[in-house]
Parts: sequence; C-alpha cells; structure tokens
Amino acid sequence: MTPPDSTPPLLQIRGLKMHFPIRQGMLFKRPKLCRAVDGVDLTVHHGETVGLVGESGCGKSTLGKCVVRLLEPTEGAIHFEGFNLAPMGCRQLKPHRRHIQMIFQDPVESLNARHSVGQILEEPFVIHRQGDREERKKKALALLDKVGLPAASYDRFPFEFSGGQRQRIGIARALALNPKLIICDEPVSALDVSIQSQVLNLLLDLQRDLGLTYVFIAHNLAVVKHISDRIAVMYLGRIVELAGADELYRNARHPYTRALISAIPEPNPRRERERIVLTGDVPSPINPPSGCPFHTRCPHVQDRCRVEVPQLRPAGPGHEVACHFDL
Amino acid sequence: MADAPILEVRNLVTAFDTDAGQVIAVDGVSFQCHRGRTLGIVGESGCGKSVTALSIMRLLPQPMGRILGGEILFDGRDLAQATPEQMYQVRGGKIGMIFQEPMTALNPVHTIGRQLAEVFLLHKTRDRAEALRLAIEMLKHVGIPSPEVRVGEYPHQLSGGMRQRVVIAMALACRPQLVIADEPTTALDVTIQAQILDLMQQLQAELGMSIMLITHDLGVIAEMCDDVVVMYGGRIAESGPVEAIFENPSHPYTRGLLDSIPRLGGQRKSRLRIIDGMVPALKDMPPGCRFQNRCPFAVDRCRKDQPAIEQVAPGHAVACHRWREVVAGAAVSATS
Repeated sequence: MTPPDSTPPLLQIRGLKMHFPIRQGMLFKRPKLCRAVDGVDLTVHHGETVGLVGESGCGKSTLGKCVVRLLEPTEGAIHFEGFNLAPMGCRQLKPHRRHIQMIFQDPVESLNARHSVGQILEEPFVIHRQGDREERKKKALALLDKVGLPAASYDRFPFEFSGGQRQRIGIARALALNPKLIICDEPVSALDVSIQSQVLNLLLDLQRDLGLTYVFIAHNLAVVKHISDRIAVMYLGRIVELAGADELYRNARHPYTRALISAIPEPNPRRERERIVLTGDVPSPINPPSGCPFHTRCPHVQDRCRVEVPQLRPAGPGHEVACHFDL
Repeated sequence: MADAPILEVRNLVTAFDTDAGQVIAVDGVSFQCHRGRTLGIVGESGCGKSVTALSIMRLLPQPMGRILGGEILFDGRDLAQATPEQMYQVRGGKIGMIFQEPMTALNPVHTIGRQLAEVFLLHKTRDRAEALRLAIEMLKHVGIPSPEVRVGEYPHQLSGGMRQRVVIAMALACRPQLVIADEPTTALDVTIQAQILDLMQQLQAELGMSIMLITHDLGVIAEMCDDVVVMYGGRIAESGPVEAIFENPSHPYTRGLLDSIPRLGGQRKSRLRIIDGMVPALKDMPPGCRFQNRCPFAVDRCRKDQPAIEQVAPGHAVACHRWREVVAGAAVSATS
C-alpha cells in the first residue's frame, strides 16, 4: 500500500529522540536519561494506517505524544504537510493542532467528568473560534450521530456512559475539527471483547468515509494487524522492523517480531505450534544494553550484536529490519 | 474421570447489598473442576467470574457480599458452610490463589522472603530459618534467578513478570490441590505472559494440581484449558470441553465472542462481526434469558422464560432455548 511517489507523505519523522531526565536524590549528581524514544524514522502516507506495536516501555505512546506535540522532542524532526512541528512553540503550533488529533486509551480519564458531552464536543470549536453557539450545537449533534450515539447524549455526563460509549465520545471529539491524522493510542485495550470489535469497526468506517490517516498504537498484534496497512515493531525506543501488515505476519525477519507473534495465544485449542519463549525481561530504557537493544534476550545473539547497533536495512519490498543477520 | 471432582459448585447464588438494594452477582452457577485438569472460566467484565472465585475462597467483600445459597464442595467438604477457622486451613493450604495485579497482591513494606515464609509458618513449620529456606527453594522452583538475593528485596524492586512469579510461588507454597488464578496474565506483556503460562503448565505437570483459570482472553483459554465455562450476566451460558466450545459453540453469546475477535490469520480491514449493544448492569438484567436483548436468535419465549441447561453432547451443556437453530445456522453459514 505505497501510494505513487508524486504525493509527498503526510507525516515524516526523522531521527526523533525523546529523552526524559531522571532526577536523583543526590545533589550534583549527573542526571540520568530515560531514552524513551531513541532515534525513530517513520513515514506515514495519506489515507493509510500505520500500526505501532511493542511491549510496555518500548516508547510507542511517547512517540505518539511527540507527534501531537504533547511532548517536546529532544532531537529530530516531525514534518507534517511541509512544516517541521518539532521545534515549534505553542502559538506557532495552534493552526496545525486541528489537523492532528488523538484518541486515548482510557476513556474515563481522558474525558472531563465535570463537563457534559455537549461541552466536551464543542470545546474544540470554542478553542479554534469556529461558529456561534447554535452552529456548534448542530455540529456536536452531527458528531454524536457519526459515532453512533443518540442525540440525547448531548446533555448527559461521561459517568452515565459505559466504557465503549465513552470511547465513542473520545472519537467524536477527535473528529470535531476534521483532522487529517489521528493518533489512536491503545483505543480498544480497556474495552471488553464484544465492545472492542464495535469500536474497531467504527474506526474502519470513519476512515473509509472521511479519508482519515491513522497511527494506531497497541500492544495487541492481532488488533494492530487487523486495522493497519503497515506495521512498525518497536523495542526499547527504536523501530526494529517495518513492513506491510500481511508481510510482517507471514514473513517476520526480526527475532523479536517472531517471538512476539509466537507468544500471542490464539483462540484455537488444536493449534500445534512452536512457541519462542523469550527469557528475561525487557531491559530498562534508563540503562539500555550496548549494541543491539534486543541482544540480552535474543536467541540468535552473537558477539557483533553486543557492540554494534544494527540500523534499519531493506529486507524486501517495503520491508525493513534492524538486525545484523538474515535469519 | 472415575474419581470425584476436586471442586464441585452446585447452584451457587451470591449477592451484594448496594445502595440500590440487593444485587445478585452470581445466579445459580454449577460446574465441576476435575483433578489434575484446568478449568477455564471466561466472560466479560461483570459476568460474575471473579465473584464466583471469591465465593469459593470465601473472600467476598464484607459485609456487602453474601452467599445466599448453593454448595461449594471441595474434596467432599462444603466450603459454603465452613467456619472462618476452617477456611484459614483451606486458603493457602489446600487452595492457592493467584491474583491479577501482582503489585497489589504483594505487601509493599515487607520483603519477598518474609511474605513467602509467612505461608510456610502458617501451614508447615514453626521454625523461621526453615521457613526462609523453603521460601528460597520455592523461588528457585518458579524460575527466579539468584533467589538467595531476591528474598531480601521488596516487591517494587522486581519487574511485573518476576512479581507474578512470586505470587505463583506463594500460591503453590503448600502444594495445594487446587489453584484459582484470576486473570493471572492480564497485566503482563505478551512475551512475559507466554513465560508465565508456560510456568503454570510446567508446575501443573510436576505437582499435579487442578487449576481454575479465570480470564477474558479466549486465546489463553484455548491454550491452557481442558474444560471451559462461559459466563454471561451472572449465569452460565455454555460449558464443555475446550474443543467443543471452540469448534461447536452452541450459545449465541459464545459464537458472538469467537466471531468478534480479530485473528492474526484473518482478513485485514474486514468488518468484524459484532455483538450488538452492551452488557446490562446487574440490577437491570432483562427477564427471561439474560442475553435476549443482544441476541440475534431471540424470540418471544427468550423474553419470558429463563432457558434451562440442555445437553448438546456428553459433557457439553448450553443454556439456550434455540441452541439447535444456532448450531444449524452455523452449519448453513459454513457451507454457503
């Protein structure tokens, strides 16, 4: 799913780093850094969905927050429609913000409990000074309809809704200003199985109808594969493999991706499979291992992996992998 | 399976007193857990799966939670009638429990060693040094590297996966006959989940205990369990051997659940089948079958009468008036 080269990509991330300083108790001690995102390049084209998968602490959410500029990246560039958002200040960012929106994981915490649904949905219009009161209400009601909530929800408050409905409110709010790009940060992880599929269907319908572009962040590879065109696998702040969704599932090249796929329990009791069980835990991004970040858990580790950081290299059409070896 | 099941729950009814009056969370649930086997209980939030586990352990929040009726026969004894003193012997001794969130299951101000040794001091020995030695041995058993060092550490110094290993060590410390695991891997990453599930299977093979595994993840059920109970709205929708549940699901809810999960090998960007609506709150469950307002098969009868448990095949039971149509409908859609 690579569109013709003539159209410039919607989003182009180059060498993005986000390091958080860690304050330590002792005076005059050199501050340590948490390298949450450590040099990420990623291109997102118009109308596609790019999935970001990885385990907790791999930096996928931090990357998403950098793109919507809830965080100011330490280094690197975020080109969105020709503008580099990374170094911009608040005022410069404001005209761009309406084009990039975010859907959050926890629909309870991401909605203001003291505001009615109407207020929540109209706030984007107020901030960007669009329409008068009547117009705003009309738009809010249209948004409710778009995400499949009854118009009566307008005067109700978030606590009156179930998790799935609250996530719909969050989606409606993200859609308010007709954004081009939506960062979905674990939008279905907090929902029950039967509600998950409703929300995934809604996201697919909206993308088809409105031509949206998604960056879909989740830890569940099955969910990411279902909704994405391309998938980037992250480990300790870096992208270790990037490929088309089907290609990644069928022909994973990085030992971490393979382990991740094999670790997913599949709802088929008769499936005979070889599970690659990784030993040990994910190392801390405060003190990442030297060389390849995955070498401490990799079943194929060799001496070179301990010293040299592998860079992303082509491994087939649209397929890149950061591993020294062809496994 | 000639011998008696290790655990048999008969007609369990558990209620909570709330501001809005009494709410029945578990309504007439019966199932058996056989020796050396793994029973899975699956369902969405609020279906009563955790309350069932807490009822068996007699750990319902007090004073709101109450067992209103039914029997919980563990090794032939009715735990529903047991005194608190008798329950002390059962909990941790004969039945071990693994909780979802290992951080809240462990006491943050005591060392791992002290918490683990406490189990041995309660059930096995009076000698503190001996208890600590047993604790170290147990940590080694669940695959914790350098256990002699770890016993002196606090829960916050361990990773999520290591903490869950400690919780498993505590649950298995006294070689229980039954382990109840309530969402043991939900808070963990997939690669760590794979480690923990492997560990549980390996320990079961070694120690021969029965496991009652509560989860919302059908993948975990398929991988771990021999028998499955599907719960909805405080009642059992369907129960049977794992192959029967996955290959011949006979309750519309089970079918809906299985159809609605995205699968790795599935068609990308296709619309997922969905279950309409959402789980009603316990206090306003519909009359008749509790699934009727979301069920594509519902007819008038479903809105009036609670369906009885019927047998689909030996060991495979379903609570649905129209299960024959459900199964036949599946056959039609499979051929077309």
